This record gives sequence, structure tokens and C-alpha cells, in this order.
Amino acid sequence: MPDTAIAEAPARAATGGNILQVRNLEAWYGESHILHGINFDVNAGEVVTLLGRNGAGKTTTLKSIMGIIGKRAGSVKFNDQEIIRATSDKIARMGIAFCPEERGIFSSLDVRENLMLPPVVREGGLPLDQIFDLFPNLKERLNSQGTKLSGGEQQMLAIARILRTGASFLMLDEPTEGLAPVIIQQIGHTIARLKKEGFTILLVEQNFRFASTVADRYYVVEHGKIIDGFSNSELAANMDKLHTYLGV
Amino acid sequence: MQALYAQLLVGLINGSFYALLSLGLAVIFGMLNIINFAHGALYMMGAFVAYFLLNLGGINYWWALLLAPIIVGIFGMILERTMLQWLTGLDHLYGLLLTFGIALIVQGLFQNYFGSSGLPYAIPDQLRGGMNLGFMFLPVYRGWVVVFSLVVCLATWFLIEKTQLGAYLRAATENPTLVRAFGINVPRMITLTYGLGVGLAALAGVLSAPINQVRPLMGADLIIVVFAVVVIGGMGSIMGSIITGFALGVIEGLTKYFYPEASNTVVFVLMVLVLLVKPTGLTGRAA
Repeated sequence: MPDTAIAEAPARAATGGNILQVRNLEAWYGESHILHGINFDVNAGEVVTLLGRNGAGKTTTLKSIMGIIGKRAGSVKFNDQEIIRATSDKIARMGIAFCPEERGIFSSLDVRENLMLPPVVREGGLPLDQIFDLFPNLKERLNSQGTKLSGGEQQMLAIARILRTGASFLMLDEPTEGLAPVIIQQIGHTIARLKKEGFTILLVEQNFRFASTVADRYYVVEHGKIIDGFSNSELAANMDKLHTYLGV
Repeated sequence: MQALYAQLLVGLINGSFYALLSLGLAVIFGMLNIINFAHGALYMMGAFVAYFLLNLGGINYWWALLLAPIIVGIFGMILERTMLQWLTGLDHLYGLLLTFGIALIVQGLFQNYFGSSGLPYAIPDQLRGGMNLGFMFLPVYRGWVVVFSLVVCLATWFLIEKTQLGAYLRAATENPTLVRAFGINVPRMITLTYGLGVGLAALAGVLSAPINQVRPLMGADLIIVVFAVVVIGGMGSIMGSIITGFALGVIEGLTKYFYPEASNTVVFVLMVLVLLVKPTGLTGRAA
């Protein structure tokens, strides 16, 4: 599907109204032009996955939405409000939460401090008992140094801390990277449960097998552009194309 | 023996100033990654603000303890907003050169108007006199400086290590971009942190005024020793700065008693030894 076609007729899920609208998003790291006009939408309550090879621009897309990339252009609307010029702290306070690929656990903080670090930006965040229900390991390790946790526990902590904030739109960057299959399964269950709780999730994944268990829709990113998009029900019909895109 | 105790007390008092100043430097380095060479000049400004408050406004020492750190802290925040913030991401050398230049300008201005000799600042009535402890005579004001400095240092440590605000500060030291993406206004927090560090220097200046008089170069004399303290304690380490500040003051005092010729150099000898054995300082992280 060509880029412009997606811009004019984005794939829609029946779950809810449009919550995020990205149009002609461009981004630069210094002189390097990384995103060349990204277009896609996310509807309330759905899980949308950005797929693509390494260096395609998936993480840069999330960081651009979050306002972390200094130089960006185009339009990003969240709940119909333009946020392309907003700073990342203001974007977070509008209800968008970001879980970075490198997890961003702070070594100078213990688990409890890491968990309580992001401020509550609005009502509706998960209370601690529900968070511990999702991630029981964290409750047992509250006083440990954040970076002493295993990779899986650090990922759980990175997701857990943004659930407290009341943000309804979560952006998860490769949450399964480098994790054991049993932990990946647990994270999959968590994402499914969060979806049931009404969270909207924009996921960046290279693990397509994992993504297919949780996503409602997919967009394929290549060379800083969306080159295709389809829903989960169209997945089987698009498998050959997808293998070509992802080089698997 | 009385002379030994007297030197210990002098060491503790100097240690109080070292601790307050190196704590401010550590807070600023930890958060802004700036080696703040203007710290001595800001310490001097604290003493001068107390002097102006008393002589121009009739505002006493107790109010100066509160107002001088706020006034100089605001001056520091203006410096941060107008100059230092543009150095984000650049080599430490740029911050060091800029703050060194600011120190020279500020000290030059004060020297131009007030000369090099000291201006008197009286000890407040409530802290005059002394106590005979049996083994030594303790001037009340000097005891007050040691105790008050220790309380302020520990309160600052508590704020940074044990509160939610401190957690923001520590996290922003590691990854300011992510902390900002959590919804925290990191640039404002950096400005306030610089204000806090500068305020601590100004507070030390007010405490010092009745003991050392108010002189334009009072900070320049002290800041070199304080940097040695910070290097020994470890750049960016809060508790390291406090402990090293007091400990080196005491070591300096003891050296004055046992081998006076080395009293001016002992801190620097220790600095060289620490740099040789543990370049990041006793409790610090790599710069």
C-alpha cells in the first residue's frame, strides 16, 4: 500500500475513535534525515504494532511522537490536539507514556523509587496492588537497586511504572527484546490484560510472532516511511509480503 | 593540649565551610555536569549580601541567613538561565572556563568598589561569648557554625537521597531525557538545583562573615581548597562531599598542630594521593 493511500484512508479498527493521528511526520538526528513523512492512526483501545527491520525508523517514530527528537516536522495529533511542537514533559502530562527500548531503569534508585518516579499525570492510573498483581516479582524486590533486577524484571518495572501515571496511551518500544520465552509470554499476557483495561498501546516490535498474539493492526516501516498497513484479520493473506518486508 | 583542641575546632569550622561549599559543587556537578568555578565568588556574594542587609537595610544576621541564600540563589538561577544552560552537552572545559570568567568578573567588580581589605560583620548578640568545656574554651559562634553547617548538610543529603524530589534529581542526573518524558519539567529542575547549590555557597558566606570578615577575594582563597576536597571526595557524591569536607578540615587542623609547615599543602598532597590510587575520588563517579 503506498504511503499516500494510508494517509488518505488509514486502516481502522472498530474499537474506538481516533486517539492518535500522525501525518507527514519527519525527524532528523543532527543532519541525518531519519523519518520521511510517516502517516498512521491509532484508535482508542487498540494495540497497533509498528513492524520493520533494524534502522527502519520505528523507534524514532515513537520518540518523535513523545517529543524526544529535537528536530521534527509534520503533524502529530493526540485527542485532536496538535503536539508536534510540545515538549516531552507536556506530552507526558497529556496522557502519553513511553517505555524505551533500553528500559531506562535508574541505577541510583531502588525498585520502589523507580516505580514511583513518573508523576501521576491524571486520574485512572492502576493502583499499586493491581500493578503487583500483574508483576508479583516486583513486590518482592522493592528495596533492590533497579539495575540489579534481571532483564525480564527490569522490563516489567519499566512497564509497571508508566501504568501508575494515569496515561491511557502507552508506547512500548521492543518490550520483548533479549528476554526468555517465558517472560515474553508473561509480557504478552500483560499487554492483553492492559488492552482489556482500556489502554491504547502503540508497540514497536521485531518479534513478529509475539506481536501477532497481541496486535489489532500492523504498520510496516521502511526507510523512514510507512509502506504498508493491515489488520490482524488480514494477517494470513499478507504473510508472504510481510516476510519480504522483514527479511525473515 | 589546649592548643590541639583549639586547632581541632578551627579544623571543624574550616571543614564546615568546605562541606557546605563542596556539597553545593557536588549538587551542581551531579545535575548540570558543570564544574562551577564561580562558587567562590557566589560564597563571597553571600557574605556581601549579609553585609548590605545589615548596613543598608538594618536586617540582622538571622534574617540574612535566610535572605542571602535566596537572593544569591536567584542571581545564580539567572546565570544558569542566561548562560550555563547553553553549555548542555558540551565538554566540561566550557563550563569551567565560563564559570571561571564569571568568578573573575564578579570578584573584580566587588574589588573595584570595596577594595581588598575586609569589612567588619559583627557576631549576633545571641551568639557572643564562649563556654568553658573544661578541656578547652569554645566560642559560641564557632560551635554554632559547626552544628548549623552539619544540620544543613544532612538536610540537603536527606532531600536528595530520601525524598521524591531527590529521586527526580538523581534520575535526571542519569537520564534527563527520559525523566522529562515522564512529565517532569527537567530544565526548571536544573535551574532550581543550580539555585540550591549557589544558595548553599551563599549560606556558607553568611556564616563566615563574622569569623573571616567580608572581603571580595574571600571566595578565591577558599575555592581552590574546596575543589581539592571535591576531587578527594568524588565529583557528584553528596555524602562523600560532606564527610570529606569535615574530615579534611580536621586533618588540616591537626597538621597545624603537629607539623604547621605542611598545613597549607596537606589537602593537596592528599588530593594527589587519591588521584593516583582512585581517580574518581573516594566515593565519586567518573566525570
